[in-house]
Amino acid sequence: MRLTLEPRQSSRLREIMMPFTAVAASLVICGLLIAIAGADPFSGFLIMADAAFGGKFQISETIVRASPMILTGLAALVALRARFWNIGGEGQLIAGAMAAAWMGANQSLPAPLLIPAMLLAAAAGGALLAAIPAILKTRLRVDEVVTTLMLNFIVLYIMMALLSGPWKDPVSGWTDSPDILPQAEFPILWAGTRLHLGVFVALLSVVIVGLVMKRSVFGFSIAVVGENPRSARHAGLDVNRVIILVALMSGAFAGLAGAGEVGGVQFQVIASISSGYGYAGIIVAMLARLSAVGIVPSALFLAAIGTGADEMSRQIGVPFFIADAVQGISLIAVIVAMTLANHRIRLHFGRSRQAEP
Amino acid sequence: MMKPSSDPAGRRAGHGDTPPLLELRGITKTFGDVTANRGVDFTLGAGEVVGLLGENGAGKTTLMNIAFGLYRPDAGTIRIDGKAVNLRSTADSIELGLNMVHQHAHSVPTHTVLENLMVGLPAHNGFLDRRRATARLEQIRQAYGLHLDPHRPVSTLAVGEKQRLDIIRALYRKVKVLIFDEPTSVLTPQETQGLFAAIRALQADGVGIVYISHKLNEVREITSRVVVMRAGEVVADRRNDGALTNAGLATLMCGEEPERIARKNHERGEVRLEVANLRLHAAGGRHKGADPIDFALHAGEIVGLAGVSGNGQVRFAEILAGVERAGSGEIRVDGKLVAAPSPRRMQALGVAYIPEDRIGVGLVGALSTGENLVISRFGDEPFSRLGWLRLSAIRDFAARQIADYDVRPANPDIAVSLLSGGNQQKVIVARELSWSPRILVIAQPTRGLDVNSAAFVHRALLRLREQNCAILLISDDLDEIFQLSDRIAVMYENTVVIDTPAETATTIGIGLAMTGAARQAVGQPA
Repeated sequence: MRLTLEPRQSSRLREIMMPFTAVAASLVICGLLIAIAGADPFSGFLIMADAAFGGKFQISETIVRASPMILTGLAALVALRARFWNIGGEGQLIAGAMAAAWMGANQSLPAPLLIPAMLLAAAAGGALLAAIPAILKTRLRVDEVVTTLMLNFIVLYIMMALLSGPWKDPVSGWTDSPDILPQAEFPILWAGTRLHLGVFVALLSVVIVGLVMKRSVFGFSIAVVGENPRSARHAGLDVNRVIILVALMSGAFAGLAGAGEVGGVQFQVIASISSGYGYAGIIVAMLARLSAVGIVPSALFLAAIGTGADEMSRQIGVPFFIADAVQGISLIAVIVAMTLANHRIRLHFGRSRQAEP
Repeated sequence: MMKPSSDPAGRRAGHGDTPPLLELRGITKTFGDVTANRGVDFTLGAGEVVGLLGENGAGKTTLMNIAFGLYRPDAGTIRIDGKAVNLRSTADSIELGLNMVHQHAHSVPTHTVLENLMVGLPAHNGFLDRRRATARLEQIRQAYGLHLDPHRPVSTLAVGEKQRLDIIRALYRKVKVLIFDEPTSVLTPQETQGLFAAIRALQADGVGIVYISHKLNEVREITSRVVVMRAGEVVADRRNDGALTNAGLATLMCGEEPERIARKNHERGEVRLEVANLRLHAAGGRHKGADPIDFALHAGEIVGLAGVSGNGQVRFAEILAGVERAGSGEIRVDGKLVAAPSPRRMQALGVAYIPEDRIGVGLVGALSTGENLVISRFGDEPFSRLGWLRLSAIRDFAARQIADYDVRPANPDIAVSLLSGGNQQKVIVARELSWSPRILVIAQPTRGLDVNSAAFVHRALLRLREQNCAILLISDDLDEIFQLSDRIAVMYENTVVIDTPAETATTIGIGLAMTGAARQAVGQPA
């Protein structure tokens, strides 16, 4: 018996249903994992739903958690549209966080300029970090998957070195950076919650990316370069320039995610400042099928799984790592679903080599 | 397993009682609107070397790909050793003793010769048996004089040695039929003689050989029989008994001169595009030193550039379009030297380029018809302003072009990859002609197109000529060249060997020049 994939006509319905089917499939598998962990999957899911969306506070917490993933999702979206495989969102986020924390502790800046300076510094930090692999790719044809990924670890260890050295908190002696100035803390948008300026920045970024990708000359250039760099070159586009600009833009969004975590949540750099948001951004972008609007629900989905899994581990002792499992499974499910949307599986039985004369 | 020392005389026959090694009957194959093979019969006996001749697109490679199991025929039967077979893949045909040596070698560059030979072979008790492989390599060396150091990495091999590796790999298994697809196009004369010696040794050993080529001298030298194809059909099957001539073969390949399409006569204008002392490749590379190209294109004329594909036409076109850099020499547009050619620069000087590889470089398949219609100009007025696209202007433009060029389906939002080849070509032609270029370089404008689409493109080119555009028409299709051109030039081995007024050109002369049989001018230079 053989199994083959055969292409089939794409259909609008399958295209739209694709991410939902993938999410449903990953939840079913996740239910199995909960059962294996010794808990009842249905009560598990109820606890998760309640923890993520049960009230004003829960909803706001889910949104706060989603906002860095919206930004890293946008970072991944922009890069993937140009087929620039930026796996470095994590490092770019950390670079942005360090730049924001450094600005935020800067006594010499007047208070009203402090927050804009933090955002700018974070975006610049992320962008500069992403520029390294982009330049290596366009000048020396070094594969960006490797360089962006490796830079994540380099930046992570630079941060750890800073935290256990020059930035070590002088008061507590912990490996946390000094707190940012009180006037550098991001304003709260909704009293009684932690919804901070960074959430607004994230949503504004969605609008900007959506407009740029759909309506701007640059966005069109990105689509052409990503879909067919040889055609782009024949059409007179400067492919390398587009790739470098895309990398800068992608890194800037990831850097902004770091600013939000420092300015709105932690108020300092801590060792676990990211908790994998950079990598999650790739999943967010894939679940969103590289549509800017789709980034918001898919980031909310992953955030809800995260907060839900936190609560589930507290209440019924299912390990928190279930959240990572759902993330991973949903990515695989999306990739499988993307294939199945355009292909059908065919089973073949028996084998014949020589026909009868 | 084939024994090198077996008696060749007994296996020579191929006729009489023993069935032919390979027999194709009534093979028909269509790709979309194009019929590549139409009811083709072909036989190959043991110890025969059959030359398969024809212009590009005559259907030679398609026929052999069908025999090798790469394509399935729409109709017809394949018999190997007299038994009808159903080839589902090349694995089936290799198992039955067929093999094919392609123009470009297929090997893993980082591995050694020996490792490349063992790839895909059954392992011995789960291990690759190096000792047996080395012994077999030695056997092949003694039998056919084909040798390579088993421990050399493939990346260090010259082109001819890589091809030898492909042949050795074919011999490494039992092989009854070996198909060579234009094997000498990448070889030096010395390497070619080495290849011929190996072919003769194989022939003496009873292997049946198909030799696909355009090079008439080589075909006359090495083959025992010549089959000529034209437009998907076999037009001649002759024994190579010394009576074959280059001119006779060229006539068989190319047919008679077709009628020129009626056009208004007008005087050609000033020189628009000129290259001087141009070499396609940098000196000292792996490319043989070709004579530099001096060539001029005037306003209001169509110059047909004929040639067997792979003789540098694509690179010449890409250099003129600014996509590739010339090895040396200069390009002038309207008499002015182009200092740093780039696609954007050449476009700005009025040069439009329509490449032969439509979906690979001409279009972006995943984008819509409407988007593809503006792909080279969306950054300019009226399609954008201040960095933002003007979607309504793009939509209006696309609707107009789709109507003018009768692109079907007439929907600007459908992915262009879903269009037929003819409609894709209309999209590219519409796009490039829409900005009234002063110079047009167009390659294989009607390849793969049905009759109506081809006629449409031809009319568009003649209209453009009347508007005084300078047109360089690159085509493998001699009929097209003769129908449209005011002047005909031929490229052979990276240089222009002939440049002559169309009225004085003959298919035999052009055909001979294309096959390298006559480097000297046929007709007077323009």
